[in-house]
Formats: sequence, structure tokens, C-alpha cells
Amino acid sequence: MAKILPRKDVVIVGLGWSGAILAHELTDAGLDVLAIERGPWRDTARDFNIGYAQDELRYAIRRDLFLQPATETMTVRNSDAERALPMRDYASFLPGNGVGGAGVHWNGQTWRFWNSDFRTRSNIVERYGAAKLGELTVRDWGVTGADMESAYDRFEALAGISGTAGNVGGTIRPGGNPFEDPRARDYPNPPMKMTKAPILFAETAMAMGLHPFPCPSANLSQPYVNPLGIAMGQCTFCGFCERFGCANYSKASAQTTILPVLMKKPNFEVRTDSEVLHVDLDPSKTFARGVTYVDTSGETWFQPADLVLLCAYGLHNVRLMMLSGIGTIYDPATDVGTVGRNYCYQTNAGVTVYFDDATLNPFIAAGALGQTVDDYNGDAFDHSALDFVGGAGINCVPTNGRPIAFHPTPPGTPRWGADWKKAVAKNYSNALSFGSQGSSYAIRGNHLDLDPTYTDRFGRPLMRMTFDFADNDIRMSAWVSDRMEAIAGRMGGRQVVSDRRKKGWDSTVYQSTHNTGGAIMGTDPKASAVNPFLQSWDVPNVFVVGASAFPQNPGKNPTGTVGALAFRAADAIRRQYLANPGKPLVTP
Amino acid sequence: MNPATFLLALAAAALAPTAAFAGDVDQADRIGRGAYQAVLGDCAGCHTAPGGAPFAGGAPIATPFGTLIPPNITPDRDTGIGDWSLDDFRSAMTRGVGHDGIRLYPAMPYPNYAKMPEPDIDDLWAFLGTIAPVKNDVDANQLPFPFSIRTLMIGWNLLEFTPKPFAPDAAQSAEWNRGAYLVQGPAHCGACHTPKTIFGGDDAGKALTGASLQGWWAPDITAAPTTGVGSWSKEELVAYLATGVNGHTIASGPMAEAIAASTSKMTPEDLGAIATYLKTLGPSDAARPTPLAASDPAMKHGAAIYVDNCSACHGGRGEGSKDLFPALASSPIVAQADATTLARMVVIGSQGVHTAAKPTTPAMPSLGWRLDDAAVADVLTFVRNSWGNAAARVTPGTVAKLRN
Repeated sequence: MAKILPRKDVVIVGLGWSGAILAHELTDAGLDVLAIERGPWRDTARDFNIGYAQDELRYAIRRDLFLQPATETMTVRNSDAERALPMRDYASFLPGNGVGGAGVHWNGQTWRFWNSDFRTRSNIVERYGAAKLGELTVRDWGVTGADMESAYDRFEALAGISGTAGNVGGTIRPGGNPFEDPRARDYPNPPMKMTKAPILFAETAMAMGLHPFPCPSANLSQPYVNPLGIAMGQCTFCGFCERFGCANYSKASAQTTILPVLMKKPNFEVRTDSEVLHVDLDPSKTFARGVTYVDTSGETWFQPADLVLLCAYGLHNVRLMMLSGIGTIYDPATDVGTVGRNYCYQTNAGVTVYFDDATLNPFIAAGALGQTVDDYNGDAFDHSALDFVGGAGINCVPTNGRPIAFHPTPPGTPRWGADWKKAVAKNYSNALSFGSQGSSYAIRGNHLDLDPTYTDRFGRPLMRMTFDFADNDIRMSAWVSDRMEAIAGRMGGRQVVSDRRKKGWDSTVYQSTHNTGGAIMGTDPKASAVNPFLQSWDVPNVFVVGASAFPQNPGKNPTGTVGALAFRAADAIRRQYLANPGKPLVTP
Repeated sequence: MNPATFLLALAAAALAPTAAFAGDVDQADRIGRGAYQAVLGDCAGCHTAPGGAPFAGGAPIATPFGTLIPPNITPDRDTGIGDWSLDDFRSAMTRGVGHDGIRLYPAMPYPNYAKMPEPDIDDLWAFLGTIAPVKNDVDANQLPFPFSIRTLMIGWNLLEFTPKPFAPDAAQSAEWNRGAYLVQGPAHCGACHTPKTIFGGDDAGKALTGASLQGWWAPDITAAPTTGVGSWSKEELVAYLATGVNGHTIASGPMAEAIAASTSKMTPEDLGAIATYLKTLGPSDAARPTPLAASDPAMKHGAAIYVDNCSACHGGRGEGSKDLFPALASSPIVAQADATTLARMVVIGSQGVHTAAKPTTPAMPSLGWRLDDAAVADVLTFVRNSWGNAAARVTPGTVAKLRN
């Protein structure tokens, strides 16, 4: 029997980017806020010591900061026809764990989605006709690019994003992304200084008539003080971003941008190492009473709260909704249900150019230090004559040259021994890679539900993931790979090796931690889990914030949009919800 | 009126029906003024334990004579000062003699508080009377025999303490005199920054030139350009006291506590006065030492360690990063006579102060687990003799002492 704790105004599940932003905003509004975090407390001072933060074995290979499958895993399969089996090790994607969440060990590429991304379905139908959709079940988000501009702006200011604006108030700026939507102002910091590989990539792309620009980066190009008064440092190009915490305060995370202020507030509290089991609903199933959680001693507690914000990793938000009975679980056979639909991923491919004497020095790197070409992303190009929709950003962002995992060798090289060593020495500084980060568009068969067989350590059903790359996305990726190979071929290397995306998602190979959807936002309560303010249609005092809200995933990294959605939800709660608590903000 | 004062005034007004005299507004003003006296005197710095109830007793203070625990000064009758009279309080503040004639140890800086005018002490008393009483029995005297005998302080006072009010210097400005009063009086800067005699009294001839303090070195705060605050502008000094951060350095350790509890809450005028006064103190310049040669083996070893361990944050030329990583170049903090604090930073690490204006609290991580005593000593020797710094070499023994 759970012990009952004193009531809070707000309980937040998960203290990552979304949770920290909402906690900061709602404590500013005077609310008494509690965050419950499954993983440990982590801060720069204590946990990201400059003396060992760059321990590749500990953090990149053994994944010290990540969620371990013993804590929570999920079952996976490629189609409903298969029997799903549990992942015994995370590999294809690596959810975060602990304070800061996946925002601790991200690379820092920080994108705005475009108006055409937020209106994916309408845009395709208007431009190409409904027949172009085929089997795709893409949907509109219920917001426009203009609706999201100020929220993006606030996230970029919070995080000190470094980049070159391509479109300020409708004026196209040289050196920026000409395809982006109008933004109100420049990035808070100038772009990072480029290293040799992205410069070579950009020169080649530009000579081909493309429009390369610096990848917008949460690795800071210069010292910065954010609007909360928190100081950040200049990135040192150490090449230990993804999978690592940043030791010198130069990569934006909750730790480096929010927590120093949030943790001092008397109306904020975080309980770490405490796992929320479910949201408790009243008998009508339309009102949340609070959450039940377990602490490290195994004690179960009921935490009453007026407002419950699910801010866990997107996949975990979806599972918590299912375990709590919020909404109905999507059934692809009938196309009925709100939770678990439109699960999407990222459709990536890559190409490597081997040179003889390029001296690229790949160890001088940062997670978002590089150049991007968006000419083939989203709907930046005409799909009329093409057999797909969507696209990919082409990113030359060499994130690292770390000693254990980075040893590029061309096909045909022995896998071990003296010749392998010789090849590594020859190619270490002479291999230039870039990749396509492709959109992942929803189809009926890709969905999330609860596994009928497997349970976690508390006896709760695991989530079941059913996913394979949509045929549309495979065709898109192949077309973009053709273009990447053309760029690669003009770089003057000795050999080009292309790694194309194939059908048959393999959960055992790392691809991307950009899992989206499952609790999607939208304007139709029958086809979306949350309204355009991230408020649950079914239980209005629950908001579900994260990439779980994406109806489909564009060809861009999700974090910028996750942060912007958190600001959007916070604004809606502060300006609208609190005047009429417990009431829906949108009437369908 | 600042918000805290305003709230106190409101609280006092709410109590008005039970007040025994007519001057309610006067009483509220007195409490507000007394609250500011508590800021100036940093009462909370010693009498509030980290995370503890305000003024209900502090964290233990290690003195060369043994440990003292700052007592509970809330108005609790049994464990605080609820049964003290105003006369008892005046006597404690100006003579070091408390209720029932009990002798205070000068860790309670009554030699400084003795310079406070009586009305200020009375205001402080009025404020202390408004604090919520907390029952917390503190056994203040943890000293070993014979220091545990409080009446020894009669002799100490004869030797080391002459109670006298602050005497302004007519030749100086009103601002300078206000600063002198604050530094010598309630702010009791010398309690930490002035070297002590063998009896534990202030070594008056070396006032504010730096002193050893609970495993730290409280630095020289005279105007000496290489080791003191002479190279800082008045504005930089005020910024440091107001926020803990000023582009040269970031406060941590005991000074972080003093800034958080006291100086960050002082008025800009008082901080300006303190800065004005400090910048007139001490030698215009002591003989400037010559830095060690770069060819010195310790310098070469230290330079290599610096590149690998320190340069990512503090910069290749010790330039630091504003608000985040203190500059090491041309730094009086680096050039102190005693390297205890520097060794402490490297071996144990430290976290910067949190103030509303500078909330970041960046930390120097501990590197003691990967650098041995000789490596710490050599990297500090290198830093102390590079980029405009010149100071005595650091020996492994200094590091070993700190580690123990």
C-alpha cells in the first residue's frame, strides 16, 4: 500500500530538457513543483570531472550515463506478423537516464522544423494531391511554423545556440540556411570555427550549386551568459559530446542552462532515483490525482498533485500513458486508438571518402561542429516527379576521432592484425564521412503498444515496438544517397564508400536516438493523444511533453523542437490553463 | 527599503497590538535597521548551519586552539538568548561578556563589534528578537583544557583587546571613513584576513595582509598590487563583493559564504565605501619578485601538466573565461604568499558562490586523485611564475600537508 505524501501543485515525471524548462517556468509562476527522476542526480561539478569526463571506455563503450535494459527495456519486431522479443542491450538507440536525461549526452545539433514540416499532410496534399500520400499516415501537428517561432527563439537563447541565421524576418542571409522559415533574430552566438572536413564538404557542395551552412550547434562558439544569468564556456573541440557529459560548461544541457537557478528555488524539489509506476486517475478516468512511484529502498509512495507533466523520454511517456490508462492504445488493424500511433524514427545513410593525404585531424571535433546542406530536406525541393515525399539533411559533422571506436578502414581491409593496424594508421586522418539524416514518415504498421508476454522488474508489461522503415522512406533515402555519392565523388578522394539504408530495421546496430511519436499532438482527439498545447485530450490535467508528440519525424534532430514544445506547453499552462485548471484548452 | 526589510516591517506591524509602547513605526524601522546590522556583521555566516534554521547555531569552527560551535542566538529561552537583556547583549558585543558574566571567546569577533555605536547594537537586538525561536542546544565550547576555561579570556582581553569605538579620520572622506568603520567594525574582515599573534589576537602591523584559515588561505586584501586588491578597480571590487564574480576571479570557500550571507546583501554605497578604504591600505608595492626561469625543471614539468589538465578551462595563457573560469594570469590570488588555497583547489576542488546575479556556481573539480604531490606542486609553481605572476615555488610538502 502506497504511503500518501503531502500534495504538490505540479509533479513532473523526468528532469531532462522538457522537465527542467517546465519546472523553471512553473516555479516562476509561483507553483510548488516536484520533479521525480528515475535516474541519479548529476551535475557538472560532481559528475563531469575534466579529469575523467573523456573516458571513452566508461561512457561511450560501457554507456555509463544511459538507461540500462535491467531498469527498463522494450520488446521489438519489424511487423505485427512477428513475435516481439525484448532488447537485452540497447544499441539502435540509447535513451538517457538521470537528471538532464538524454540532453546530457547529446551532440548538440539544434534545428527548427519548418512550417511545411508542421503541416506535413496538408502540404503534401496541397502541393502534390492526396494520392501522393500512398500508405503514409502523416498528420499535421496543429501548429504552424509561425506559432512555434518564439518558442524556438527562447530555447535557442536558453541554450546559447551557435549558428548563422539564413532567414531573418523574411530576408535571406548569406551563409545561412536559405530554406529555413523566417526567424525573429540571429542565433545568440556566431557559428563555430570550422574544421577541415566540413570546409572541404561545403566547398564541394557550393561548387555544385548547393547551399551549405554551419550546423546550428549547442556546443558554444564563445562564452555566453543565458537569459537566466547562467554562464557557459567556449567549446574546446575536444570531441567528446555524444555519450558524454560536458566538463567545461560549453554544451547546453539542463545542467549548464537551467539547474543552477532552478535548484535554488524554494518552491522546487527533485526526488532522484525514484521511478514513477503510473499516473493515478480518478474513477471517471478524466482527472489525474497524482502519481505513484517507488524509491530506491523499494518503498511505494503516492504523490498527489493538481497537474501531472509527463516529461520522460518520449518512448517512456507513451508507456506511462498506456500503463496509466490515459487514452486508448492504438490498434493498427482497426486504425482506432490514440496512444502508440505514428511511431517514427530516422532514416539515415552515410558515405565515406578516403583520401591519401588529407590530414583531417578528426580528433579536433564537437558534436554539432560541421556543415549542412538542406537542399534535399523536407519539402525544400519539388517531389512532383519523384516516387517519395520527405527528404534528408546532409550533414558533414565529424563528431569525434576517439581512440577506441574511430578507426575507419575501407572495405577489404583485414579485421585484425598487422595489416589492419597499418590501414588504421593510414586512414585515421584521411577518412571524411558525411550522412543523410532522413525523415521518417508514419505508416499504420509502425506503432507502440504493451507487450503481452514480457514484464519489467515491477511486473508491469514492457512496451512493444513494431517498426520497419516505410517504403517511401527507403526510396527517399536511396535518392538522397545518389546525391551524396555525387558530392563525395567530386571531393577528389581515392575511394568512395556508400552505406545505404535498407529495409529491415536492425535493433542491434546504433542508428539514432531520435524515437518520435506515440503520443502525438493534433487537432483530432480520435487521431492524436494530446492537443496542440501538449495537453491530454482524455485527462486534461495531464500534459505530455517530448518527441512523443511528433506526428512524424522530419530530417532533422529533434531536441530543438522538444525544447520549443516545452516552452509552448509552459506558456499555455501559465497563460490559459491556470485560469481554468482541469479544463481542456482546446475544444474539438 | 529592500524586500526583506519591508517584510520585517510588515511582520513588526502585525505584532503591533502586543507591543508595549506607542512607537510602532519606529519599532518597525528599528527592526529593519537591525536586520541590516545582522547583514553587516554576517551573524548568519557563523550562527546558521548549512541547511539549518536561521541563527539557531552554526557549523563548528576549527581554531588553532580547538573547536568552537557558534551558539543558538534565536530568542529561545532554554537554548538561545531568550532570557538575555539588552544590557547582556550590549556587553557581549562590546566587551565579550555575555549573560550571567560568561566570557566569550574572540572567535565571536567582539573586538570588532566593539566599534559599533550603541544604537546600531540596539537595533540588532530588536531584530534578533523577531526571529522565530528554535530549540537547539549547542555546546559551544569544544576546546581542550586549559583553553576550555572561559575565564582565561579575562587575561586575553587584557593582552589583546582594548574596547574602543571607531575613531574617524578627519583627513579622509566620509566614504573612506564609512569603509574603514565597516572593515574594522561589524564586517570584521580582519577576523579571517589578518594574521594572528601566538595568542590568537590580530597582528595589527600586518592587518589584512592574508592569514591561514581552516585549511584555506584568506588572501591579502590590502592595496598591494601583486598580492592584494590594488590591481582591481573599485568597480571590480564592488562587483566581487556584490556577486562573488568579477571577471578576475570567482569566490569559493569561506569567502563564498561571507558573500552569500553578507556582502551580497549590503548596499552599493557600503560596498563602495569598503572598496575605497581597502584600496588605500598597505604598501603601494612591495619589492616585486622575479619569476622563476622557464627552464627551471619544476616550471617545465608544471607547464606540461598545465597543458594536459588545466588549459581546457583556464586557457593556454591563463586567461580564463569570464564568469566561469577564473583568470590565472596576473592574478593576485595566484601570487599569495601561502599556496594552501591553490593546492586545495587542485587536490580537493571547490565550487563557486551562488548569488542571484551570478547563479552559475562553476566548480573546480578535484584532480588530487590523478596528480601526486610533486605534480600539484610543480603545476602551481608554473602558474605562480607565468603570465605576469611571480611567487615562491610550491613544495610537495605544502600539498602533502593539505592532503592530510
